[in-house]
Order: sequence, then C-alpha cells, then structure tokens
Amino acid sequence: MAQNADNVLDHFDLFRGPEYQEMLANKKAKFEHGHDPAEVERVREWLKTEEYQEKNFAREALTVNPAKACQPLGAVFVAVGFNGAIPFVHGSQGCVAYYRSHFSRHFKEPTSCVSSSMTEDAAVFGGLNNMIDGLANTYSMYKPKMIVVSTTCMAEVIGDDLNAFIKTAKEKGSVPADFDVPFSHTPAFVGSHITGYDNAMKGVLEHFWDGKAGTAEKSTPVKNGSINFLGGFDGYTVGNLREIKRIFNEMGVKYTIVGDNSDVWDTPTDGEFRMYDGGTTIEEVTNAVHASATISMQEYCTEKTLPFIADHGQEVAAFNHPISVKATDKFLMTVAKLAGVEIPASLEKERGRLVDAIADSSAHIHGKKFAIYGDPDLCYGLAEFLLELGAEPTTVLATNGNKRWEEKMKALFASSPFGKDCQVYSQKDLWHLRSLLFTRPVDFLIGNTYGKYLERDTNTPLIRIGFPIFDRHHKHRYPVWGYQGGLNVLVTILDKIFDTIDANTMIAGKTDYSFDIIR
Amino acid sequence: MASLRQIAFYGKGGIGKSTTSQNTLAGLTEMGQKILIVGCDPKADSTRLILHAKAQDTILSLAAEAGSVEDLELEDVLKVGFGDIKCVESGGPEPGVGCAGRGVITAINFLEENGAYDDVDYVSYDVLGDVVCGGFAMPIRENKAQEIYIVMSGEMMAMYAANNISKGILKYANSGGVRLGGLVCNERKTDKEYDLAESLAGKLGTKLIHFVPRDNIVQHAELRRMTVVEYAPESKQAGEYRTLAHKVHNNAGNGTIPTPITMDELEDLLMEHGIMPTIDETQVGKKAVEA
Repeated sequence: MAQNADNVLDHFDLFRGPEYQEMLANKKAKFEHGHDPAEVERVREWLKTEEYQEKNFAREALTVNPAKACQPLGAVFVAVGFNGAIPFVHGSQGCVAYYRSHFSRHFKEPTSCVSSSMTEDAAVFGGLNNMIDGLANTYSMYKPKMIVVSTTCMAEVIGDDLNAFIKTAKEKGSVPADFDVPFSHTPAFVGSHITGYDNAMKGVLEHFWDGKAGTAEKSTPVKNGSINFLGGFDGYTVGNLREIKRIFNEMGVKYTIVGDNSDVWDTPTDGEFRMYDGGTTIEEVTNAVHASATISMQEYCTEKTLPFIADHGQEVAAFNHPISVKATDKFLMTVAKLAGVEIPASLEKERGRLVDAIADSSAHIHGKKFAIYGDPDLCYGLAEFLLELGAEPTTVLATNGNKRWEEKMKALFASSPFGKDCQVYSQKDLWHLRSLLFTRPVDFLIGNTYGKYLERDTNTPLIRIGFPIFDRHHKHRYPVWGYQGGLNVLVTILDKIFDTIDANTMIAGKTDYSFDIIR
Repeated sequence: MASLRQIAFYGKGGIGKSTTSQNTLAGLTEMGQKILIVGCDPKADSTRLILHAKAQDTILSLAAEAGSVEDLELEDVLKVGFGDIKCVESGGPEPGVGCAGRGVITAINFLEENGAYDDVDYVSYDVLGDVVCGGFAMPIRENKAQEIYIVMSGEMMAMYAANNISKGILKYANSGGVRLGGLVCNERKTDKEYDLAESLAGKLGTKLIHFVPRDNIVQHAELRRMTVVEYAPESKQAGEYRTLAHKVHNNAGNGTIPTPITMDELEDLLMEHGIMPTIDETQVGKKAVEA
C-alpha cells in the first residue's frame, strides 16, 4: 500500500510494501551488478576466520571506523562549559557544522559554536582577516562573556598563529582589549577529541592564570582550601556533573567544577531560548588557581593540563572514570583527604546499597564475557567495574589509547583472577574489533551507538555506554559516577542481560521452559 | 594550431631560472610561437623582463581584493609583453603567513577554468626554488607540463636541488605523462662545470640540453628590465638563448623519466671530477684548527 494521508506509514513499514519491495528487487537485479550471492556468502564466512584476522591486524595504511573524533570537538566541549562563553573554531565552516550536529544528536540540545569561515583565499593568505572579522561579528551578534578559540586542520596546516592573530584582532578593535579570548591550537589530525579537551582546558587555564597572553599580571596562588574538579570529555556530563555536585555538597567540600557544561546541554523548555546557561564563571575559573588541589576524573583527558596545574603548586589526582565500588571509594577518600572533610554516613549508605544490588544480581553477571570499546578512561573504568562484578572484560579496545594506557590496562587485568584471559588493544579500530568478536566471542559488547553495526554483524548484544549515543534518548541525564552512577551502569548491563535471556527463551513450546517471570 | 605544449622551469633559488626562461621564451616567439607564461612564485618576478615591469596585479592579490577568485576576470590578470607573450603571475601571501603552495594551485585552476590556455602554443611555468610541497608540484601533475627543464650550475647546492626536483618529477612520472626535458646549465664559472653538468645529466637519465655561458650583457639587459633577446638581438648571448629555444622546441616528446641519485652518489660524482677531494672519514666534522 502506497503512502496516503489518512494512514501515514513510517519508513520501516512503508518500504516493506509490495511496490517498494518489487522496486528494490528490480534495482538489485538490473542495476547493481552485485557478486554471485554464493561468493558473497563465502567471503562473509571467511571474514570470521583467524586467517582473515591476521590480515586485518596487518593493516597499515587503512583505518575502518575508528572509535574517536577530532581535537576541536573536545575543545568545543570544554568551551561551552564556561559561563557565557562561545566556542570559536578558526577554520572552515563544515568542521563546525560537524561539532554542532555531533553534540546535538547526542544531547538533543542545540550547541552554539561559531566558525571563522575560512575559504580558499584565507588558505592562501592566512586567516588573519577571518579572525579579525569573526571575533568582531561574534562579539557584537552573540554578546558572549568570553570567546574560546580553537583551530581546525586547515588553519593548522598553513600555520596560523592564534596568539598573534588574536592580539592583532584586538588592536584592530574586533573585541575590547581586556575581553577574554583564551585559545588553544587543536590540529584535528593529531590525537583525538580527548587531546582537544586537554589542549583547550589548558588553554583556558593558562589564559586566566598566567597573565592573559602577556596582557595582565600572572596570578600568585594563595591556597584557599578549595578543590577543582575536571570531568574530562564525557558523554554523561549532564548527569555526572550534577551527581558530583550533589556528592560534594553532601560532603561539605568547597569546590569549583572547571568547565561545567551540565546546564547548557540540558536547558528547560519554558519559552525562553538560552544560548548560554550555567557554566563556570570567569571569576570562578580565575580563582581556581588558588585551590589546594585539582581532581581529574579522566587521566587521559588531562595529560598536559594536570602537570600544568601541579606547576601552580596544587596537589593533583587523576582517576580513570571511576565506576566500581573500589574506584569510587578511592575517589571519595581522595576528595575527603584533599578537602579535609569526612565522608558522610549518607554516602556510606549509598555504597552499601550498590554493594547490595551487586550481590542481588551477581548470579547473572558473574563469569559473563564482555568486549568494551571507547575512550581510554571509560574503558578502564568499565573493565574495573566488570572485574569487580566477577565478569571478564576479555577484549578492551581504544582507538585513542596510548602505550601508557595499554600498560595500565594490563596491570589491571593482572590484578584480578577474572583478568586472566583479557586482552587490550590500543590504536585499533572497529573493523579490528569485528574480527575479534568472531575469533574471541563474548556474551556482550559495550560501546557507543556505532556498535550497533557490530551487534548486527556478529550477533553480539550491544550495551550502549559511551559517546556518542544517537539512537537512544536521555542516557546522558543519568550519572555513571558515584555509587549512584555505579548502580545505573549495573542496571544498564543487567537490563540487556535479561532482555537477551528473554529473547532466547520466548518461542512457545520450544524454548519457553525458561521464559520465567522471576530472574 | 598544433596541440598545446606545456613546459616548466624549476631550479634552486637564485640560479637564474626566470632570466633563462624569459630569454628562452623570447627566442621562441621569434620562431612564431604564441606563449603564455605562468609565474608560480609569490615574489611575482617571473615575467618582469617580458613586461618591462614587475606585475603588480597578481591573480591572488586581485582575488584577495575582490573577495574570492571566482570574482576575477581573466583580462584583469593577463598582461601582454614583448613578442605578444601573455603573462600572468600567481602571486601569493606575504612571507611567513598563509600557504603559497595552495596559492599556486588556486591560480592554475583559475587560469584553466577561464580559458587562459586557449589560443596559445606554449604554456611555460616558472616555479620558485625547490619542490617544497604539493602546491609547487602543481605544474608537474597530470595534464600540466609535459617536460620539465631544470636550470642548474656546477655548484654543489644547485646540483643537489636538481636531483631533488628529479625526485619530485619521478613521483608523478610513473602515474602521469610528465617527463624531465633536460638540464640547462647556467654557467657560474665553477671548476669543470660543463663536465659536471654532463655527468649529472647522465646520472639523472637525461641530457644537458644547453650550456648557457656567462655573459655580463645579461646584467645590462636585466637593469633595463629586458631580455637579452630584446635588448641586444644581435649579441652572441641572444644567439645562445635562441639556440636553447630551438633545442627546447625540438625536444617535444624526448623527455625521460628521471633516475634521481642519493646524496652519497652525488658526492661521489663531485669526487670523480676532482671538485671535492676524496673524503677522509676521519676528518669529517673536524674544525680547521683541529685538522
């Protein structure tokens, strides 16, 4: 039945109708000139073999579906976390369209970000004029409190110098001389979005702490007993940062969340459009230099930022996306020690509830095998949690993982009896993971939305944890940090385990002897 | 009209590429050839001797004024000089900013799209210095220059550059039609210069197409912003350039795929000709006072 106004069919029903099915069959038969189906089937089977995996891992000049994005994405993530700040990406427009749509698809919120809109003449002559006009336009049109500048490939290849450009733009009156324009070079062809987070965060702190690019006095730290908190690049930033604030308030910690994007990516629908919402204020980030300590929730997102902060006389502590009871214990104890506070009984109770929940469900998760892919810290945190649950994260892969991360993962595996058969893969992509899912089968796959292709091809149920998640809504509102976060992760994993058991036992009279009401 | 012949002149900076190419092309016009010179150097001095002035209106400077290269007309950038030679300069950014290589690409694309190559017999590209990046290899790409002429001398660094340029040509020669047309030695009066140039040509799998002797009349002409062919058409030097023009003209289709050599081989070549003493490895890196 073709489409009609009285009964509008969605695409998945519409294209199953006979006229579309016939059309598609004709297209295949007459125009596609595909290979013999038997040959396609033979190759499909061959792709599952060890022999193919060997060739796959010998791949040098080709990457297929890397599980990473580029630096400016991380820079935009950082920039929107400051009060009234607009990210300004120096480069061509298409890049910025990508960052905006990528975040909007995940958070289901608009992401305001401007581009200096470099074109061919800017590529030849350098992008100075684009910087001058771009800053002036951004300042007058969007009335930001600060503009956070980063770069794309194009500006980096031709060697545009942000420091000099921004100074010149200020001399030409694009923005007032004392207007804050922190910047960082974020070549998209180096590292990944977590490198971009690191560079941009360091750029902002350098600006506010180290004399605003030579235009002000450097700050002299005076310890005020406060704690700075850096979340790192995090798809759960909305839920996580709110949970961290709740925990810190409960503990009575004096703190500053540096780069708080939890509000701007969760604005209410109440008739008012908020281009900016919440965020760390200029005053807060300026005073963050006086904190006693800084905590990074994701070590590999702050490899340059943390040493920079340590050089300003602060104690620093880095975690790897803590999810497990043990990791959260360590996180809270570190916070308590650095802030000089006690862990309140209320949090101890939350801990007890998480332990209780783990014990309740242990029978279903114990001994299950998992493959995990994602950013290095998330992978670590998840693997640590699974080992604690008695599950086996047998395959852990991070395209943007480095050698140090690989060693750290190996040490984690060695620390648990469940880590015996676990393998870590850095700098590998999702096509490598596809081979691994065939040759080292697992019960469940944990990853972002792109994992659904692996779920389809390898028949491994996908548990969606990571960034980006485009095809399920609102997951970013729920924390994965703190004991409450651990509970959310546990429930997410269990839901998929039970759904899978049900799906495998629901054929009446055949498999339904295990189609139980109680699990 | 015979099919379009495209050639390019490369060579170390300051070797006399622009002088040699403009004099040679002036010689070619005397043979009735219609010529377009495409200067691929941000300094925009590849057409100075033909136009009697440095071209001010480069493609990229006008594009920057107009806002985009799409807003330019061919007449705005095409100047006609001695012997009805058409001249354009790509121009480029100020030193230290932007990307001159991208500028060359932009300029050449503009010329092709706007029909600058219609109605000429020759297109000659004059490219700055070394082939430092992809942009400066633009004239070597498929369907651009068929033959590359390398201007060099008997100086070590000029020969080194010639070898490097050959490497650039080799990259494109296997997949495309570009060939090394030959070496043009611009005499610097170094020791055994002719022999050296000959042997380097041999090593590179090409020939020394012409040895241009040094003559101060070139300087006199340059001061008047003229080619020798125009300034002193009867002079011996003008004759040399005419000879070179004939040789280039008759060299169509005779280009070769170059066989660049290693730095060691290049040093060996200099030693063979006694230019460089055989290296005593124990002396390498020692200061004069230590020797």
